[in-house]
Amino acid sequence: MAVATDSTTPKIRFREPQIEMAHGAGGIASRRLVEGLFAPLLFRSPNPALNDAASVEIGGVRLALTTDGFVVKPLRFPGGSIGELAINGTVNDLAVSGAKPEAIVASFVLEAGLPTEMLEAEVRAMANAAQQAGVAVVAGDTKVVEHGKADYMYISTTGVGSYLPGIHIDAHSVRLGDKVLLSGPIGDHGITILLARGELDFEADDLRSDTRSVFPLVQAIAREAAPGIRWMRDPTRGGVATSLNELARDCGLGIHIFEGEIPVRDTVRGACELLGLDPLHIANEGQFLAVVAPEYADAAYNALCQCSGGESAVILGEVREQPAGSVLVTTRYGGSRIVDMLVGDPLPRIC
Amino acid sequence: MKFVDEFRDPEVINKTAEEIRRLVDPARHYRLMEVCGGHTHAIYRFGLKDILPSNIELIHGPGCPVCVLPMGRIDDGLELAKDSNVVFTAFGDMMRVPGVQGSPLEHKARGMDVRIVYSPADALKLAKANPDKHVMFFAIGFETTAPSTALTIIRARAEGIHNFSVFCNHVTIIPAIRAILDSPDMRLDAFIGPGHVSTVIGCRPYEWIAVNEHKPIVVSGFEPLDMLQSIVMLLRQLKAGEAKVENQYKRVVPWEGNRAALKAMSNVFELRPYFEWRGLGFISQSALRIRDNYAEFDAERRFSVPGVRVTDPKAAQCGEVLKGVLKPAQCKLFGRECTPEHPVGALMVSSEGSCAAYYNYEHRKAMATTLAWPA
Amino acid sequence: MCLAIPGKVIELFPGLPYLATVEVAGVRRKVDLGLLENDMPKSGDWVLIHVGFAMSKISEQDALEQMQTLIMLGESEQAIQEVRGYGLEDADEPEAS
Repeated sequence: MAVATDSTTPKIRFREPQIEMAHGAGGIASRRLVEGLFAPLLFRSPNPALNDAASVEIGGVRLALTTDGFVVKPLRFPGGSIGELAINGTVNDLAVSGAKPEAIVASFVLEAGLPTEMLEAEVRAMANAAQQAGVAVVAGDTKVVEHGKADYMYISTTGVGSYLPGIHIDAHSVRLGDKVLLSGPIGDHGITILLARGELDFEADDLRSDTRSVFPLVQAIAREAAPGIRWMRDPTRGGVATSLNELARDCGLGIHIFEGEIPVRDTVRGACELLGLDPLHIANEGQFLAVVAPEYADAAYNALCQCSGGESAVILGEVREQPAGSVLVTTRYGGSRIVDMLVGDPLPRIC
Repeated sequence: MKFVDEFRDPEVINKTAEEIRRLVDPARHYRLMEVCGGHTHAIYRFGLKDILPSNIELIHGPGCPVCVLPMGRIDDGLELAKDSNVVFTAFGDMMRVPGVQGSPLEHKARGMDVRIVYSPADALKLAKANPDKHVMFFAIGFETTAPSTALTIIRARAEGIHNFSVFCNHVTIIPAIRAILDSPDMRLDAFIGPGHVSTVIGCRPYEWIAVNEHKPIVVSGFEPLDMLQSIVMLLRQLKAGEAKVENQYKRVVPWEGNRAALKAMSNVFELRPYFEWRGLGFISQSALRIRDNYAEFDAERRFSVPGVRVTDPKAAQCGEVLKGVLKPAQCKLFGRECTPEHPVGALMVSSEGSCAAYYNYEHRKAMATTLAWPA
Repeated sequence: MCLAIPGKVIELFPGLPYLATVEVAGVRRKVDLGLLENDMPKSGDWVLIHVGFAMSKISEQDALEQMQTLIMLGESEQAIQEVRGYGLEDADEPEAS
């Protein structure tokens, strides 16, 4: 690919000759692609603040705008389906940007041969999720590609939202002593998908995706603690570890989390132990992280706990000076370990 | 989780850590090697180094089957699977290990049929379900894993499955330990012995370490309490000037080993005269191959194997790090050309390899303030 | 080679003597018991699982003894405590130096 020699066109820093699966996994490789290729060319920014949603000003009004693509396999799994993810995923990106989701448009790429009842099921799921999330789906587009080119269906959703008053999300506003809050147990979605694929031959009854809109929870902490909310993110692909590493890099401080506080349900924990996976790296679709100034942290935490669906919220950790740019987990015995971003998707191990 | 949580209890761990502090001689520097990659992983995962006194040095041994696999073997295995009828199956650990033309996952992205399996039994099941394909299982592991591969081959014969084969890279632990002890630069005081390998081979095979080399060895479990208790037992031996084999992992490891597992292994496998270990060179009688009477399940005989040999760049000092002579950070390539994302040498490739573990869990910790868990 | 997890045998299959369903914290899998053919586990037994095979039976007795040994560290040999009874801070024991 030729890079323009025009001196006003930024050069790309992305040096890899082809795109690999790892570039879509939400970890280090993904970030390299976005920062090294998309950002300089599309965003025209050497160091873009890569948030969940972008802020655009139209006619004097600030709006949040975001988009997401959904390619999950299998399409249906305990607790949800691709349609639900498509709505909740975009709703959540808006929510953690501090915005009320207002409208969504959806784009479908369908594989020729897709049974209609499958499509209908997903569209119904989307309608349902949209209704529950209080957001309107106002437009859509459909393309059909040849058999074998789309894994049944891919869905993209783009959402627009209006900012909640008093919230300003900015990784650079994070300060020493800020608290890190987590809305609930982690790992449910990713483990559910892993087992639902069937390749590993594990079964569990008590396992379901946590897909849901987190907006009610965000609204709850906004009411009590808006001025103190520095940063929020929904830890999807790459898990809590990746989201907090992104924050650490963006704010240049150290994020400390207390292992004893990490909420993981028994079944998820059992699966992680069996497969040698770290819950911190597993995708979630119904949780969010918030960094809150210490004087507001308790109010935010209490507001979360009292909210339906927020009962398992925890204060996960806090922001310190070192290790700068990294995430440190303190074990229950006073030992510690660095937790890095994922390279690609989490892989089961036997060693 | 039963038999897990009890051995992660913070109170008992603190007590054991106190006992370790009581036992160490402040004037002495202890060099303890944990042989097994799983122990390396546990040390980092539970932050055990932080609760040990600073004069106990844990040296990471060569017991990482992914790390010691020469790159050429991965290329050989992938070459066999280039036929579109062949399904390449392997544990997750193997999937990102780079061959000359890329890792199994990268081959998958380019269209090869590559699948992760949790068990060799799953690979066999895949063969049964896909009679028009040939399923090849890329087998790795020490004696912990070899019996499962052996039993799977036995089952394949019993069930008359013909579209299944194993590319066998199983290695044995004793020659690796011997290579460490034979190394002239080596100065070790004692060994934390591989707990799960020992469920198969028992504790007897380590007796020469105590008797001939005069080094204590304690066969250890993998929970933090297991490892700390093993260190207590080693310190007690060192204090008393003793050198013997002890079994800390009694709840699971039988002193005589697992006869059925050993029988399955000797039924199906025999020792190769020699095998190349990445970082350690050729070691005789250190690896397994499939016996003649099971030749139909031997991928190396069913297909023609190129026999690719790839040498690591000279600058990669994997051998010295494997033997515990160098620390990962002391290798010139560490953290620069060689990272978990772009591994140059063996020890960065697997998450339990010394270099990868050190990189993932430690390298930025230098200035971290460690805090006690808030009450 | 080292990741092995304790699981409970919850189901055996009459026609297939070497197969069992084993459960770990609510996650279930079929596990091959062939390596334990000399001492086959029964339903309710705990086994160590590695790559879908049972490597060893777990001795509850040994586990208990081990915990007691650990808890007794630095204490007199006569103090036998229940695993869960962490009242050892109360015992007055001179610190060994």
